[in-house]
Amino acid sequence: MSDVTTGYALELRNIHKTFNPGTINEKVALDGVNLQLEDGDFVTIIGGNGAGKSTTLNAIAGVWPVNQGSIIIGGTDVTSLPEHKRARFLGRVFQDPMTGTAKTMSIEENMAIAARRGKSRKLKWGVTKEEKERYKEMLKTLDLGLEDRLTTKVGLLSGGQRQAVTLLMASLQKPNLLLLDEHTAALDPKTAAKVLELSDKIIEGNHLTAMMVTHNMKDAIHHGNRLIMMHEGRIIYDVRGEEKQKLHVSDLLTKFEEVSGGEFANDRMMLS
Amino acid sequence: MILLTLNPISFFRAMPGACAQGLLWGIMALGVYITFRLLDFADLTVDGSLATGAAVAVMLIRAGVNPWLSLLAAFVAGMLAGMVTGLLHTALGIPGILSSILTQISLYSINLNIMGKSNQAVGVDKYKLVVSSRYISGDSLTQIMFYGGTILGCIVLVGVLYCYFGTEQGQAIRATGCNMSMAKAQGINTNFHTVLALMISNGLVGLCGGLYAQYQGAADVNMGRGAIVIGLAAVIIGEVLFGKFCAGRKMAFAFTMISVIVGAVVYYVVMAFVTWLKILPSEDTKLFSAVVVAVFLSIPYLKEKYSKKGAAKS
Repeated sequence: MSDVTTGYALELRNIHKTFNPGTINEKVALDGVNLQLEDGDFVTIIGGNGAGKSTTLNAIAGVWPVNQGSIIIGGTDVTSLPEHKRARFLGRVFQDPMTGTAKTMSIEENMAIAARRGKSRKLKWGVTKEEKERYKEMLKTLDLGLEDRLTTKVGLLSGGQRQAVTLLMASLQKPNLLLLDEHTAALDPKTAAKVLELSDKIIEGNHLTAMMVTHNMKDAIHHGNRLIMMHEGRIIYDVRGEEKQKLHVSDLLTKFEEVSGGEFANDRMMLS
Repeated sequence: MILLTLNPISFFRAMPGACAQGLLWGIMALGVYITFRLLDFADLTVDGSLATGAAVAVMLIRAGVNPWLSLLAAFVAGMLAGMVTGLLHTALGIPGILSSILTQISLYSINLNIMGKSNQAVGVDKYKLVVSSRYISGDSLTQIMFYGGTILGCIVLVGVLYCYFGTEQGQAIRATGCNMSMAKAQGINTNFHTVLALMISNGLVGLCGGLYAQYQGAADVNMGRGAIVIGLAAVIIGEVLFGKFCAGRKMAFAFTMISVIVGAVVYYVVMAFVTWLKILPSEDTKLFSAVVVAVFLSIPYLKEKYSKKGAAKS
């Protein structure tokens, strides 16, 4: 880990990743990804299946090492750091609501673990009284009635409730970068809209820099200040500000058909 | 007809011994609970580390070390065994269950080396042992001291473990066992905490070995054979009998651990009962315990399968 002076919240320099190299299942997942995020950027990422959206997020999180390139978060080169050491820079919410929380542990314990993200775990009591009060207040803002269920096991919550708690957990310790990996895809439309609204609130309220992978083009247009489209492991479209606000789903479809030569017709993105 | 030939008094005579054994093995069962339930790791190291704890304790006592101190050494020896399994798994990438089998097999040789032969005795007449089967047939004061001390010891142990698993470090172990993706995303070093949990678990198993060797007056290289099954049986009996009672109440985790110890006692009482009924030759007891464990482990799976079928029909 070394400090690098860049003015960016996140910088990806020429990231390459190939899965199962040298085998029949070889798959080039990332093929030279370059990206620079300004502080406070909220980027939505779209693209077909296998375009490299989630792979990009996993590369940043350090789920596995990349083959080439460097990843710089807030001026720190984290390329060689293992996943648990990068955690102090990152808040993460996953597609599967089960992934972000520990189901056999209570809401307050899950939150307490998240509040200590990036710190060493000592022999001090895991959840203090002051923390309980703080968590209660935070849960109240969710308006899901969870503030009275601090000691409830997370496994007893619904998928939407779990995603909401995971979002709170990701922001307990302000992360340099929030990674949302299709975090509403497994929810019903109504719950998905609610969780998305909460995401906006948390990102704005805490002035977070965020990346959100989504299959829903409307969501990609309506949320965030910047939009990226990926195809075959590369970023092929990057639009921000006013230009992004003016986008229509049809623009994105045209753009996508341009690069994919019509194969897109079969993609599930069509449906959204 | 056979029932008439049974002597109830002989069953009651077997009770004190069964309860004492159950209490001591309850400590071992706590160790199994930590790996099997909290860490979600099927750790077979225990079959070896139990005898390691026993061998270390007995050899130290024979060398003149205080029997209480020998228990501390047994605990540390067990921890080292757990560390080996943990490092084989985390640092060398060997599947968990296989790592534990490798450690277990190597411990067999190590235990023989510690003892110099397959069996070493410690007489209660010669040494002031912490526990001994002699104490339960002694005068009532000795008996009260023995049972009171053992139960108190178990409660203190549960208290210490309860507090530990409520600390930041203990929570990190539980998160690692429950959801490794979540643990890593929250910056928990899952490898370190896996090794740590295996060390604590096998430390308890080693401690149990040291105690049990003193109780029966000898350490034997084979005394840990099938220990994992007894430990699992205790965990499962505890869950089946007291699961509903423990769930959702305050300090549920402490009650769960107590129920594991009670589960071990119930296991030995049932074994004594089965032996007394003479329906089970002593050579078949291990088969019997394995079948009991298999049945209870499969119940949750079968229940789910059955209920799914029911849901599909309706």
